[in-house]
Amino acid sequence: MKNSRLALVIAALLAASPVFAREAAKDNYRTYCVQCHGTQGNGKGVNIRDMSVQPRDHTDAKAMSGRSDADLFKVIKEGGLSIDKSVLMPPWGSTLSDDEIRDMVQHLRELCKCKYGS
Amino acid sequence: MPMRHLTAIATLVLAAFAFAPQAQAADGAAILQQQCVSCHNLKGPAPQTLQQLWARKGPDLFYAGNKYRKEWLVAWLQKPQRIRPAGEFYEDHIKPGPKGDVVDPSTLHDHAALSAADAGAVATELMKLKPHDDLIAKEKIDNSTISSQMGELVFDKFLGCMACHRIEPDYGGLSGPELYTAGKRLQPEFMASYIRSPQAWDPKIWMPNKHVTDANIQKLVHYLEALSKEDGNEK
Repeated sequence: MKNSRLALVIAALLAASPVFAREAAKDNYRTYCVQCHGTQGNGKGVNIRDMSVQPRDHTDAKAMSGRSDADLFKVIKEGGLSIDKSVLMPPWGSTLSDDEIRDMVQHLRELCKCKYGS
Repeated sequence: MPMRHLTAIATLVLAAFAFAPQAQAADGAAILQQQCVSCHNLKGPAPQTLQQLWARKGPDLFYAGNKYRKEWLVAWLQKPQRIRPAGEFYEDHIKPGPKGDVVDPSTLHDHAALSAADAGAVATELMKLKPHDDLIAKEKIDNSTISSQMGELVFDKFLGCMACHRIEPDYGGLSGPELYTAGKRLQPEFMASYIRSPQAWDPKIWMPNKHVTDANIQKLVHYLEALSKEDGNEK
């Protein structure tokens, strides 16, 4: 009896909060980031022509090494305004899980071939 | 004539009537099954993985009755024009150019046009698809207030929606659907609900949840409705 009640509670919790499989960072990048940061990751996305602030070039080692992993995590999750940058960088916290954002920070480090402070 | 022959003839006649094509009345449900399901999801759910998202060729229609204005559907199906400048999935329809990524029109396909009778029948059938009445019921559009200029400010400057959406035929981003026709196309409660949480409708969609306040949602919906009535934005 106890077990079946527990199973019911677990089932209800699962139904209430859909859990999606953790997607690979390169796949999330292709889906969410490429529209502005470009298929080459160079900030030249298909949307940029009429933007007042141009997206970051993720292959720019100098600029990207000026941001800590914590800053990159924050700007992806909470958007540009959270680190005093442009509103055009939106918050992705309702789209990506924290694990996926951490994976994305590592993916950005691969694109820039750089580390913080290097 | 023996009785059983008469019965057989009567059965044949009835069968012929039963299977005769319905020449007068277009069958919207049949058209949807024959012509639409290969590109549109009519049953749900929305994509739950990126693989499923990338495989989508046209907008999901399983909640069409919660989303579209019927009169727009009837007109558009007879004279379809592209709404998503980079198609769906957008990343499959862009390529690098000298100044950055551009849409590759050679990969985009035009939508088939229907006759007036078929368009009407299909629209009637689509408007029956309303699995998200619960989300729609949460939205109340306030018709009394708000200038559309405030909405434009919110749209462009405070939220940056124009980064991905066109607000004039040649101004704005390309990865999202054009919005200068949204007011004609979409029910206001749908616009409000989708802005509030795109993920509630389409969990993997490439539109972020910007946590727009209730007041700004009202301004945006008013702005989009005003926008679709401006000269030059007719379509």
